[in-house]
Amino acid sequence: MLFRRASILLAILPVHLTAAELSFNRDIRPILSDNCFYCHGPDKNHRKGDLRLDVREELIKLGPQNLIERITTADADDLMPPAESHKKLSAKQKDTLKQWIAEGAKYEPHWAFVPPVKPKSGNSIDDFVRAELKKHGLQPAPRASRETLIRRLALDLTGLPPKVSDSSDKSDLSDYLDRLLDSPHYGEHVAVGWLDAARFADTNGYQVDRDRELWPWRDWVIKAFNANMPFDQFTIEQIAGDLLPGATLDQKIATGFHRNHMLNEEGGIIAEEFLAEYTADRVETTAAVWLGQTFNCARCHDHKFDPFTQHDFYAMKAFFHNVPERGVGIYSNPVRTNAPPFVKLPAPELEAKIAALNAKLKPVEDKLKGLAAGDIEPWAKKLAATKIDWQPMEPQKATGGDNPPQIADKAVMIGPQETRANNIVIRAKLPAGKITALHLECSTTAPSASFQWSELKVGKTKLHAIDATHVNVLDNDRKTKSVLSVAPDKPVQALFELEKPLEGAEVAISIGVENAGGPSQWRLFATTNATELIAPVSIVTIAQKEAAKRTAAERKQLASFRLAQMPEHRHLSEEEAALKKQIAAAEAEIPTTLVMEEQKEMRPTFILMRGAYDKPGEKVVAATPAVLPALAADLPRNRLGLAKWLVSRENPLTARVIVNRFWQHFFGTGLVRTSEDFGSQGEPPSHPELLDWLAVTFQESGWDVKKLVKLIVTSETYQQSSRHSSDQSDLSNQWVSRGPRHRLSAEVIRDQALAASGLLVENIGGPSVKPYHPPGLYEQVVAQRDNPKATYQQGSGDDLHRRSLYTYWKRSVPHPGMLLFDAPFRETCALRRSRSNTPLQALNLMNDPTYVEAARFLAQRMIKEGGTSIESRLTHGFHLLLGRKPSPQELQVLTAAVERSIKDFTKDAEAAKQLLTFGEAKTDDKLSPAELAAYTTVASTLINLDETITKE
Amino acid sequence: MSTESSLAPFSRRNWLKSLALASLANPKLFASPAAHFAPKAKRIIWLTQAGAPSQLDLFDYKPGLASQFDKDLPNSVRGEQRLTGMTAGQKRFPIAPSVFKFAQHGQSGMWLSELLPHTSKFADEICLVRSLHTEAINHDPAMTLLQTGHQIGGRPAFGAWVSYGLGSDNADLPAFVALISRPSGPTNAQPLHERMWGSGFLPSKYQGVRMSSGKDPVLFLSNPPGITTERRRAMLDDVAALNRMKLADYHDPETQARIDQYEMAFRMQSAVPDLADLSKEPADIYERYGPESKKPGTYAANCILARRLAERGVRFIQLYHRGWDQHNNLPSGIKSQCHDTDQPTAALLAELKERGMLDDTLVIWGGEFGRTVYSQGVLTRDNHGRDHHPRCYSVWMAGAGVKGGHVHGETDDFSYNIVKDPVHIHDLNATALHLLGLNHTRLTYRFQGRDYRLTDIHGEIVKGVLA
Repeated sequence: MLFRRASILLAILPVHLTAAELSFNRDIRPILSDNCFYCHGPDKNHRKGDLRLDVREELIKLGPQNLIERITTADADDLMPPAESHKKLSAKQKDTLKQWIAEGAKYEPHWAFVPPVKPKSGNSIDDFVRAELKKHGLQPAPRASRETLIRRLALDLTGLPPKVSDSSDKSDLSDYLDRLLDSPHYGEHVAVGWLDAARFADTNGYQVDRDRELWPWRDWVIKAFNANMPFDQFTIEQIAGDLLPGATLDQKIATGFHRNHMLNEEGGIIAEEFLAEYTADRVETTAAVWLGQTFNCARCHDHKFDPFTQHDFYAMKAFFHNVPERGVGIYSNPVRTNAPPFVKLPAPELEAKIAALNAKLKPVEDKLKGLAAGDIEPWAKKLAATKIDWQPMEPQKATGGDNPPQIADKAVMIGPQETRANNIVIRAKLPAGKITALHLECSTTAPSASFQWSELKVGKTKLHAIDATHVNVLDNDRKTKSVLSVAPDKPVQALFELEKPLEGAEVAISIGVENAGGPSQWRLFATTNATELIAPVSIVTIAQKEAAKRTAAERKQLASFRLAQMPEHRHLSEEEAALKKQIAAAEAEIPTTLVMEEQKEMRPTFILMRGAYDKPGEKVVAATPAVLPALAADLPRNRLGLAKWLVSRENPLTARVIVNRFWQHFFGTGLVRTSEDFGSQGEPPSHPELLDWLAVTFQESGWDVKKLVKLIVTSETYQQSSRHSSDQSDLSNQWVSRGPRHRLSAEVIRDQALAASGLLVENIGGPSVKPYHPPGLYEQVVAQRDNPKATYQQGSGDDLHRRSLYTYWKRSVPHPGMLLFDAPFRETCALRRSRSNTPLQALNLMNDPTYVEAARFLAQRMIKEGGTSIESRLTHGFHLLLGRKPSPQELQVLTAAVERSIKDFTKDAEAAKQLLTFGEAKTDDKLSPAELAAYTTVASTLINLDETITKE
Repeated sequence: MSTESSLAPFSRRNWLKSLALASLANPKLFASPAAHFAPKAKRIIWLTQAGAPSQLDLFDYKPGLASQFDKDLPNSVRGEQRLTGMTAGQKRFPIAPSVFKFAQHGQSGMWLSELLPHTSKFADEICLVRSLHTEAINHDPAMTLLQTGHQIGGRPAFGAWVSYGLGSDNADLPAFVALISRPSGPTNAQPLHERMWGSGFLPSKYQGVRMSSGKDPVLFLSNPPGITTERRRAMLDDVAALNRMKLADYHDPETQARIDQYEMAFRMQSAVPDLADLSKEPADIYERYGPESKKPGTYAANCILARRLAERGVRFIQLYHRGWDQHNNLPSGIKSQCHDTDQPTAALLAELKERGMLDDTLVIWGGEFGRTVYSQGVLTRDNHGRDHHPRCYSVWMAGAGVKGGHVHGETDDFSYNIVKDPVHIHDLNATALHLLGLNHTRLTYRFQGRDYRLTDIHGEIVKGVLA
């Protein structure tokens, strides 16, 4: 296929020319660019033989005849292009070059860098298209039928099928068009292409690929399109909304455009390296989206085909390099925590909740302060004077462990332990009185042994750790278990306070022991002293010092021990912690969105040699590319200046690039088919005058997007029938000799099925949702840190039936229904989707519960709303999905299908039942299952038709 | 990044035009191999070990290290090597000799680790490259470089290039299949990315299709409950009848292509479950591949599936086994990984050999970078970790066109720097394409005005590994 493609390349180069019509931009530049510029073009460092052919003076210096000599010579060593380039000029291309030289080797500046002007003749889309058709001996196609046009308009403007009432409405088509443009679904549909361009997703990408919050920016885009925000303002707010005087929250949210790039959270990455990636991404995306230029080529060296230097690249980067950002994500942050800078969105309910919690917190904190404020001296004196009366407890019986514990000399011998976790239960006699605390002592004769005390229970009473030597925390909470090392010279002891005093003859103490060595000897003691006077030796020693002689650290130690021993303080602290946790949880629920900001101190920008982050070269300042009109003197040298420059009247590219993408939206391909590349390697426009006329008209309208859309869709060119001519002339529709016919996008295919079946939930905006998703896709590949089961957590109810642009977009595993129909990964800017035609798409439409469920509900509508005859029901199905009535031939096939299936499902009631319960939403159980199942298979047939997934 | 080459739609349509409508877009037309020259390999099975297996404990025998335990890695060896943020803060770089024994195997006497008792039996089939290197030091960029020739996503995976260049040999199956498995042990399994088997800027029909053994081997393959094969067939006949009416009315070649794709979908519905149903394999097969091979989705089961795919003409079969990222507890972690992979890998080689398929199948085993000779974290006699190491690591190839029983390249005494015959990822990829009969400088695709290729602007064929 590779080679077929190569041979076709030659066939499609303009062949319609006569000798008199030679144009440098159309006929010569593509040949030179593709075959010569790589070594003899703008990149000064890679230039061979010090020869450049992109500048006329240099060719003249060489002598144009020498060029002809080198491309026609029989000497293989001298022949250009050289064999190792795998490039070869055809005889026709050689003739064209010869003719060009003979005519004086005239150069023209690259067409896209010459500001567009309105052509002298022609004042409508149809004028320009008809002129080209005439030139190529083609006729325009007749106007499409009214019902075809209604569906085409509905799908193109809202991404949803027309309502049944729309196709029967006999009012003027222009009223219908206005209704579509006013629909809130217009903004949703037009936004999708912009989300691709902006690489919008719900996760950070790269390896860890955790969630982020940027949907408020997505909603801003929808709102802006719906409000018909002029495109220049749309640009300025997204590039530099934060720098506008008195920037509103919305204008700040708009700057999320350039925070859509990926963010690496992988452990161990080098921040500088990835900061270089993000800023390069911003440069490349800006150049592609507004200028239609492939700046990525200039990141490591001067561009090989277009007049952009490496200096231009880094001067552009300087505009985007001043954001207070870290370069790496913080993996230890909870999931969905946005990386600064970000803004919080208003959330009145949550804010009220937080205020209420804070009101509860205040008195608790006050009381805690009150307790801390008291004089500690009386207590310290008492503590210093108290001698705790520890009475040995006599072990009666000990069980558990790998080796039966032995009792000797009021001690329990345990171990050695081999199993990882053991539970030892010791029954011991309790001294008389109300026992307030226990003391455990452990010693060993083994050279070393270590324990993890995972649990310590006395009956069911909770123990509270007062102290343990060689151990930081030792309590009953498994979360804070900690290692305890015992050696012959290092016995350990632990003091535990009992929550409720204990009384009785005997008690069972169970000790969870993990990773124990051994053997070890355990002794137990109990006391009836007041617990606030039980303290570790270290604390008692401090208490025994004179107050004035205690160091600051000792005073602090003593004070905090006293507080920790107060039950009241403990309870208040727990309450305080619980409230703070609730406040933090509520805070985390407040939506945030990533934004751009400028940091005060300018971060210097350097050219990076070969693009490597650690090889800085010359320092650069922010500037627009040298080959394009200069940034006006009165504009600031920051993002705001850049944004205004992008949409200035002098800029030759932006308006052309944008109108071309709108043309692409409606016609499937742009007037410049390489809509992402207006450079010399891109294709020249098929209708250059039309492109320029549209660009200037767009600018003169005040960048009025809806007006541009209306201009396009009201043209006769757009409204042509999309039937191919019988002789298949203009097969690719390069000359627009018919209306557009092409497969719908992933989003529209699903939204259409949901809308036609009545399942679509039409809410606009909000956090992304998780509709049906095949099991098993996440399990094998995603990180488990925030999702231990590594599974897709499917939503339910409304979440299953929202429009597809709200589907959760995980960059490492995008929704398969999207990928199968050519949606991009959203890792980098994408301005054009391919339209493949694969068996996996067929499997998706036949078997995905999304479409089976839609078929069930479409069937239900056919039965309930479509009258009683098979014919009227099928007709209703056609209207719902395709906006037209079926032909008699179609009815014949489908009527037979309905009759066959009713018989079939009547016989096999179980199969009908199974089919009707596939998917979450429930159909009306009063309907006959056999009939509903039969219509479901027919509805599925309709959903799978070529016409259904095609705009025609 | 799925925008198509500017020329693709035109060329495709023109090409379609040149054919009779009735045979339009028949997938078999895509099947004729378009190799640049006679290939040695008809297909590749890439056994990707994700997470970076330690070359020091498997392939790169360094007996001299035994006496260097806990000594500092000399600065002269380390040079100015950049370190990941995980060990950049370490005060010392203590040498951790492998705790595993090595022995010589086969006629060739290749030194291999005791961790690979099964693979070692194929020492004379294996061409071991000990001098592979890369620039990336983090998993995602490194794996993306290995698969696409570039650290940042957006370019086509190796298999997508092959699918684009050579098409499929089987009208019922995709040319590029990816099979993923998770480790059985409790190791840190690095996540993967769908784009690793994606088509990048190539048309999406070239993307790898994820497959697994078990119930639904390909996404959405099974009919919904209540829909039998007969019911599906009847429904598809209706779809085809209506689509043909549409074709007669609109004459759009895409409609004919759609009719054909629906037929292929139907054929896949029977061909793929048959392929993925391992239950029909004889009992001794499970013995050869080990106990894990009975569990769908394991590496062992995927190895059996790989052989079945190879038998059916799938060109590029890529397994991914995760879990090789032993930053700590390397000895136990790598043991568990080898338990998962060694026996099935060897069984796959054995079966291919017995069936005569090793002659035209290229098998590649390896990960995205190597691991450091110094310990990450605490070093004891029986435990340590190893950090990422891009400067040298080992992979092996076996089968079609490569020299068996051969070791290519050499590293220094610390397996830290390459001292002989370095092989870059681009060189490895260029060589693998060469074995498929493709010239890596000529397998190009025009995107954004530039002719892209898998090896970017690099890549030299490694002549030393060729038979």
